[in-house]
Amino acid sequence: MNNERIDQIIDNHHGEASSLIQVLLDIQSENHWLPKEAIERVAEKLQVPLTRVQHIATFYKAFSLVPKGRHEIHVCVGTACHVRGATRVLDTFQDAIGIKPGETDLDLKFSLQTVNCLGCCALGPVIEIDGKTHGKMAPSKTAEVLKNYE
Amino acid sequence: MSEILLNIDGKEVKAQEGMTLLEAAKSAGINIPTLCYHEKLEPFGGCRLCIVELEQRGWTRLVVSCVYPVEKNLVVRTRSEKVDRIRKMILELQMAHAPDAFDLQELAQEYGADRNRFEKESSFCIHCGLCVRYCAEVKKANAIGFVDRGIRKEISFIPEIASKECWNCKECFPLCPTEALQAAYVLTKALASFETTPEK
Ligand code: SF4
Ligand code: FES
Ligand code: FES
Repeated sequence: MNNERIDQIIDNHHGEASSLIQVLLDIQSENHWLPKEAIERVAEKLQVPLTRVQHIATFYKAFSLVPKGRHEIHVCVGTACHVRGATRVLDTFQDAIGIKPGETDLDLKFSLQTVNCLGCCALGPVIEIDGKTHGKMAPSKTAEVLKNYE
Repeated sequence: MSEILLNIDGKEVKAQEGMTLLEAAKSAGINIPTLCYHEKLEPFGGCRLCIVELEQRGWTRLVVSCVYPVEKNLVVRTRSEKVDRIRKMILELQMAHAPDAFDLQELAQEYGADRNRFEKESSFCIHCGLCVRYCAEVKKANAIGFVDRGIRKEISFIPEIASKECWNCKECFPLCPTEALQAAYVLTKALASFETTPEK
């Protein structure tokens, strides 16, 4: 992400320091992570101390300070999904992509994350890829689902 | 500014509007233990050690004295069975992180806190925020901040700023109630010289 785009995002929020979290969220959703340069740019432009930006960027789970894949997979391991076999679903994703929760593959294609309840337990086991929910998952469906993502 | 009369530990205390209970007590020579309070800094209310008991219409209530503003006719008790019990617990929890901290040991003796009550996890920092806030509020350097949250929360220097500002300042070192800062600083110093080519 280049500086112009960052400046544009900042302008969208009128360069107000109170919009710090919104600005970071926009960068995160477009770029999938917050590079050091971006954080420094935001701090400078919004005139917020770097320590504060850093605190916020590390506080919320929504932000990532390491590169993320193009597609973010969230596997629910909440109670309801767990008893319906979420662990086995998770295993198939780990095996298929070759990464563990919290990691990203070398091609920056997928990031894997576990969550504790996506709020639709009746559909369990549930996974979510790029915000799209896939319910009633089964280990045998994993390959099929992954095929749809480039 | 109007004068406010209140009662602390049975003593009549005159305070100014806008003062906190802690400040009022201090001005009357009444001691309340604190960890995250510093007179040059904005009240933080982080450690809760300065908790006191208020009595109002026969009810008692616990408030944090370093952030609670004085009110007319308040009846304040800086020590009671309940207050002491809470302080003891706070100290025991903090000593799981910083068992050898001098300040904590002294307070532990006063309140009968057992430093071995909880399993040790010596992270040393008890998140009082004195170093972070001093750097931001007094020195306005913002060289040090917190990162992460909950049990993983820790202090972190910004190498680029630290390499310029900290060497000649170090005023946050003596503020730390657990003396964790030195180690952290040395570590970042190493990091900073590793990452940036030193100027001058
Ligand atoms: S390093 Fe020391 S002064 Fe800084 S927040 Fe931790 S305990 Fe407080
Ligand atoms: S536990 Fe998975 S959606 Fe609720
Ligand atoms: S001194 Fe009041 S909360 Fe720490």
